[in-house]
Amino acid sequence: MLFFSTLAQLVAQDCNSSLNGKVMDYHNKTVLSNASILVIEKNIQVFSDLNGNYLLKNLCDGDYELEVSHPSCSTLIIPVTVNGDTELEIKLEHHLEQLEEVKVIGSAVFDKTNSAQEMVLKTEVLEKFSTASLGDALKQLGGVSTLNTGANIVKPAIHGLNGSRVLILNDGVRMQDMEWGDEHAPNIDINSAGTISVVKGASALQYGGDAIGGTIILEQSNFPVKDTLFGKTLLNGISNGRGGNIASEMTKVYKNGFFLKGQGSFKRLGDQEAPDYVLSNTGIQEFGGSLQLGKRSFEWGIIGRYSYYDAEIAILRASHIGNVDDLIRSINSGQPEVILPFTYDLGNPRQKVRHHLGKIQFYKRFEGLGKLNIQYDFQNNRRFEFDVRRGERSDQASIDLELKTHTLSTDFKWDSNDSFELQFGLMGRYQDNFANPATGVRRLIPDYEKYDFGSFLIGEYRLNTEWTLDAGIRYDYTKVDALKFYQTTRWEERGYDIEFPELVIDDRGTQLLTNPVFDYNNISATVGFNYKSNNDENLKFNYALAQRAPNPSELFSDGLHHSAARIELGDIRISSETSNKLMFSYDKTFKNWGFTIEPYANFISDFILLEPTGVEFTLRGAFPVWNYRQTAVRILGIDMSAYSDWTTNWRSEHIFSLVKGQDVANDLALINIPAANFSNTLLFSKPEWKGLELSLQSQYVFQQNEVPPNISVFSPEQQEEVILAINTAPEAYHVLNFNSKMVFNLGSSALTTSITVNNLLNTNYREYLNRQRFFADDLGRNIILQLKLNY
Amino acid sequence: MKTIKFLSILALSGALFTSCSDDDDNTPEEVNEEEVITTMTVALVPQGGGDTITLQSRDIDGDGPGAPVVTVSGSLAGNTTYVGGIVLLNETETPAEDITEEVAEEDDEHQFFFQTTGSIAAVNYGDTDGDGNPLGIIFSLDTDTAGAASITITLRHEPKKPNDGTLADAGGETDITQTFDLTIQ
Repeated sequence: MLFFSTLAQLVAQDCNSSLNGKVMDYHNKTVLSNASILVIEKNIQVFSDLNGNYLLKNLCDGDYELEVSHPSCSTLIIPVTVNGDTELEIKLEHHLEQLEEVKVIGSAVFDKTNSAQEMVLKTEVLEKFSTASLGDALKQLGGVSTLNTGANIVKPAIHGLNGSRVLILNDGVRMQDMEWGDEHAPNIDINSAGTISVVKGASALQYGGDAIGGTIILEQSNFPVKDTLFGKTLLNGISNGRGGNIASEMTKVYKNGFFLKGQGSFKRLGDQEAPDYVLSNTGIQEFGGSLQLGKRSFEWGIIGRYSYYDAEIAILRASHIGNVDDLIRSINSGQPEVILPFTYDLGNPRQKVRHHLGKIQFYKRFEGLGKLNIQYDFQNNRRFEFDVRRGERSDQASIDLELKTHTLSTDFKWDSNDSFELQFGLMGRYQDNFANPATGVRRLIPDYEKYDFGSFLIGEYRLNTEWTLDAGIRYDYTKVDALKFYQTTRWEERGYDIEFPELVIDDRGTQLLTNPVFDYNNISATVGFNYKSNNDENLKFNYALAQRAPNPSELFSDGLHHSAARIELGDIRISSETSNKLMFSYDKTFKNWGFTIEPYANFISDFILLEPTGVEFTLRGAFPVWNYRQTAVRILGIDMSAYSDWTTNWRSEHIFSLVKGQDVANDLALINIPAANFSNTLLFSKPEWKGLELSLQSQYVFQQNEVPPNISVFSPEQQEEVILAINTAPEAYHVLNFNSKMVFNLGSSALTTSITVNNLLNTNYREYLNRQRFFADDLGRNIILQLKLNY
Repeated sequence: MKTIKFLSILALSGALFTSCSDDDDNTPEEVNEEEVITTMTVALVPQGGGDTITLQSRDIDGDGPGAPVVTVSGSLAGNTTYVGGIVLLNETETPAEDITEEVAEEDDEHQFFFQTTGSIAAVNYGDTDGDGNPLGIIFSLDTDTAGAASITITLRHEPKKPNDGTLADAGGETDITQTFDLTIQ
């Protein structure tokens, strides 16, 4: 390494040429300040000044590619030949959408909404999280947290809300992967995405009207339309879990617009480790792959994509418990009850999920009018959950569900007028869930068919260069037609025999076959403005009304969850929940620093929540009963971030997030709301030293001091009422993460090496939003060595 | 271009047809819990003759809302040794499944524990697993002089074996736990 870097410095010293010019807008020729100009080959970056001027010094004569980007413009790749002091005028495209398909490549990302709070993870950040899950990467953004079941099952949460309230859009396809369960993570391989955007609210109506938490949008990288073949491979070694992963992709593009892209990744880990002990049975095996092909041009395009995801995830052995006494014992003992030597074996309990996604998309642009888009997609999601079972049933799944979804959608966007843009869309969806009876366990989720129909109209009006207004409305119809067996005793205990006698279609004695058919009509709307001043100030305000129909779990859940030692009961009386969210966002960029402040308030009526309400007795002992109920909720929060470039080499970044949830109808704290957290990162970069980058991140997570009260249960073992501390939050914690990166040029390819150390000090801690906090500490130190080869 | 347009429309409509046609309206099969233990019956046979006493806990809806119904057939005689035998049933299936057999087959993964209060002098294991560790499907119970007593019978799955005989040391998951209130005459 030293040899290479010395050599490069020697070569670099002889170069005295420069490149200079102005960056301006393509349409109105206004100068653009703070545009980033990056010499890709040398990894040198400069920014244009207030008059749009830029200057790159000490370049060698020769051919380069520049990546020019600006916060409000599309990113451009410009080839340039430097010969002595060269001048180059750069014109950026402000009217983004029209050029989307043809000119933009790499990390360019478009805002999904005009006025909502939004954030983006670019390819470089995603590569850093190549070994982790989608949720782990998104957690880097202010306002995004995760609900974990151990380290491998990670559900993203936006502004404190997760599951069905967070809509995930995978390359234009809304994921249908049983997002309703707390221990169901999105079936997505992070390596398959080019960029990920997060809209922190239900304002992106084109994707769905029920994203009360927010929308996560995964997109493929764009590429230039020219004859080219490129790819990359990432190889990671992971110390905690003693495994690694490999991710590779290859893209072939022809200048007539035909393209073909293949991508695959494989990950394998054994038992992971807390600082003091092995977390027995926490290994994972994950495989993802996708193939994309089609033809794209400015006027029209057709794109087909197939992706596959397969994961087998072992779940902490000690978290599988029998009854409430076992849970009390686990909470009190302070360390997991089962600690075994390290192994790569994936034992029970474990889950096995696979997801097929296929889509075909067609677009056509009509001159002087706009763009038509038609898409069909199919998804097949299969989920097996294996429990610790008696009598040679270990290989027989306790849960076996297959969810098939077909969606046909179309939209038309009128974008020919410079000052306004209008988009209208229609969506039809059919979904079929099949619960395999061969499990020998009564179904947690019944067989059902679901029909959805949606339509939306959204518009954006550019008042002048500073103000842009937007508004939208969406209507969704949902019909659920289920066939479900209820235990007769349960049916009566719920009072359904009085309220819904007509739903029973067959009385089998101890069980009743019922046919609940429900429909829901939901309206969503949004309105907002975006003000961009000339002095790098941006102000946004957005109001979103959203309604969400209850998911199958909220309606039909009925059974014992061993992993949580609780009986979960849905309620067929549950109606749609309605959210009114106000979002405000202000950011300002100064010469060497900038900041963003984003407060929000979300008022949700008929909010559906799951909470402990009582105890039921079985031969196994007592179990807390968790009921779904509806209430009025208020969520208030603020996300703040700031950065400062102290010198050319030193930079610091700061993020603070706070969210408070309150059940206003009962004056109680809301369950599972993330604790306030504060992240500070110090970065050192020295591009001339082989693109050296060093960063040290400090993450401080406060104790969640607003939790619902604990419940009191009768313990058969102790023969008395005891307090079950299931809502008590763990103490505050602080972890340090370190990262370093260097880039080496190997002729036509580039090798990037990086070392990441998570939990540098091997700190013992437990996280409130990890469902395994009752049983074990979180992960100890993890060293990840990454090699990336671009070719 | 025209061909591709045509093909894409064909593909889309084809997809639409498939999405409508796989609508087979099958009535789902009823599932009875295979592993649930609905009934525990303990027969206590006095050595040297006398009335057999039966203790039973029965929860016919398993994990459903109904609580177990606990019955004790009569009072136990004082200063007597009873031989106890446990039978576990899953009565959600017809005919009822004998779960005791499964426990006996996987004896190294199971153990019954007995906790007593009042006028019970001792409970001793009457059987062992393949490794010679106590199992507890068969046990003996020695009563003391007359008075009130209780016995809590707990079945643990995958406990630590051998253990010191306490639930805390054994760990594992609770498959059954039931307390019976007894009278010793």
